[in-house]
Amino acid sequence: MRNLAVFLSGLVFGLGLAVSGMTNPARVIGFLDVAGRWNPTLAFVMGGAVIVTFFAFRLTIRRGRPVFAQSFELPEKKAIDGRLIGGAAVFGIGWGIGGFCPGPAVVALVSGVWPVFTFVAAMLAGMALHAILFEGEGSSRRETFQVRGRFRERS
Amino acid sequence: MGGFAPVDGLVGGILIGVSATLLMLFEGRIAGISGIVGGLLRPLGWRGGWRAAFVAGLLAGGVIYEVFGGGMRVQLQASVPAMVVAGLLVGFGTRLGSGCTSGHGVCGMARLSRRSICATLVFMVVAMITVFVTRHVL
Repeated sequence: MRNLAVFLSGLVFGLGLAVSGMTNPARVIGFLDVAGRWNPTLAFVMGGAVIVTFFAFRLTIRRGRPVFAQSFELPEKKAIDGRLIGGAAVFGIGWGIGGFCPGPAVVALVSGVWPVFTFVAAMLAGMALHAILFEGEGSSRRETFQVRGRFRERS
Repeated sequence: MGGFAPVDGLVGGILIGVSATLLMLFEGRIAGISGIVGGLLRPLGWRGGWRAAFVAGLLAGGVIYEVFGGGMRVQLQASVPAMVVAGLLVGFGTRLGSGCTSGHGVCGMARLSRRSICATLVFMVVAMITVFVTRHVL
């Protein structure tokens, strides 16, 4: 039941990515290409998602606890450090080259276009490399914190 | 069909917001795809049950879109070797930066997290510069 609910959430996410056309790198690069024929679709995707989430997260977290888990696990780190900026920059370069970020790439596997599999395999390798370098024994970075009824970060 | 599609974008975005809310409601977790996929690859302490269920759901969402005649278009914009480089950078960078367009860009921005707003600005601007360089300079 619990995993079925999570599966349903993933399904809606995948459907959202497919409907919005974010699974098509041409549309994503069209948004990023501000000096070319700019395509603002991605702004509508993010805008719609952020507005819904902004209000719905507030109502959800006000419940006190999730339906199937003991507590909400929200990122607790507040520091804007080199890893955050450097990681975001490295991701930005990859996103700009390929037009895929992780979610759309996974959903685009369904298309059967074989270079998408190549991209996802490389993405998994990049993630595994990070895991080997930074997530080994003794360096488990705890990034979430259990909270009750708190929507915003403490500052 | 890489064209401008505001209605599709808005509908898709609302679905993504609903999905992120469902995951928070059911599991109490941020719907960050890089974290969810990356969590499946952890060398130690594999607790991937819910993550595997979510990724299976992502794929099922794509399949349902196709079954109901969505006709997914995937127009690649880079060569296969370039896609390998892009994949490596996306995989490594999203893990190093603790998130991608979903975790930081949607969930984090909705929580008004300064870290997420900062990360989103950085990857957006860097991606725009990258596209500018690859399309208009090189």
